[in-house]
Amino acid sequence: MSDVWIVVLVVAAFTMVFKAAGPVFLGRRKLPVRAQSVVDLVAPVMLTALVVTQAVGGNEEIIVDARIPGVAAAAIAIWRGAPIVVAMFVAALVTALVRLVA
Amino acid sequence: MTSDGRPAPRIRDGVRAALPLVPGPLLFGLSFGVLAEAAGMSAVAAVVMSATTFAGSAQFAAASVLEDGGTALAAVVSAVLLNVRYVGQSIAAASIFPGSKPRRFFESQLIVDESWALAGRSGRFEWPILVGAGLLLYVLWVSSTAIGSVVGGVLGDPDDLGLDAAFAALFLALAKPYLRERKTVAAALVAVAITLVLMPIAPAGIPLVVASAACLLGLRR
Repeated sequence: MSDVWIVVLVVAAFTMVFKAAGPVFLGRRKLPVRAQSVVDLVAPVMLTALVVTQAVGGNEEIIVDARIPGVAAAAIAIWRGAPIVVAMFVAALVTALVRLVA
Repeated sequence: MTSDGRPAPRIRDGVRAALPLVPGPLLFGLSFGVLAEAAGMSAVAAVVMSATTFAGSAQFAAASVLEDGGTALAAVVSAVLLNVRYVGQSIAAASIFPGSKPRRFFESQLIVDESWALAGRSGRFEWPILVGAGLLLYVLWVSSTAIGSVVGGVLGDPDDLGLDAAFAALFLALAKPYLRERKTVAAALVAVAITLVLMPIAPAGIPLVVASAACLLGLRR
């Protein structure tokens, strides 16, 4: 089997098990209260970490570029109650404009 | 009706919720197809990967390692590390999946960052939103990969359109409703700090995984 197919199949197998971990192995069983309060933090923690990697991520480096003004403009829009799609549009527009000019 | 009096969401509400995201998976799927072709993957291999792994960043990581001449092992490790975060996400959403184990297995494959985050936007996870959003994203991702790997490099860089910043804005908008309690804000700030410290020194994926340790603040009363 070629290297490409080994990569495709092994990555798929791991990812499928990761995604199924909760629904298949844990199911509807309730977690203990303290474990649940840890799990409750997964969403906000993961989402804010994703904001960081998406906004300043590079190849094993932090890159400050046109994404910053875009995300900053979107943050203002979000905190003023703009819908998600508007926030995304603002971020894309500002970032694309800065890249165009720079 | 749900207990708080809102009408229960349907799968089509999930599809609708994901509509604003359409340009993302479309353009990134196209560019994954292009990159995969450059990395020596056949169109079939690229499409099979999108259909089975269904996780953009990991697929990009694997393909770019191969394109740079890296080993299969290096490609696997970088992609798998990027996807470890799905263990946490799937545990957080575990209780919403109905039915038999095989059914839960297949439906859980629709978990990606965007569908998972949209499903949790009301403060608790909603199965129809996850499935509706996941299905739309899945169809877009697989079909645009196919197109990209056939059409090749006629497309520009999706980042020129500011799509990378748009996704940062998406995650920020989805995080906002959670950031009310002090403990949650504290955990989020710890996660940001861990991510920033690790990004320059650790391979992609590791910062996100280690940042999830901030969830342990939940143990404090």
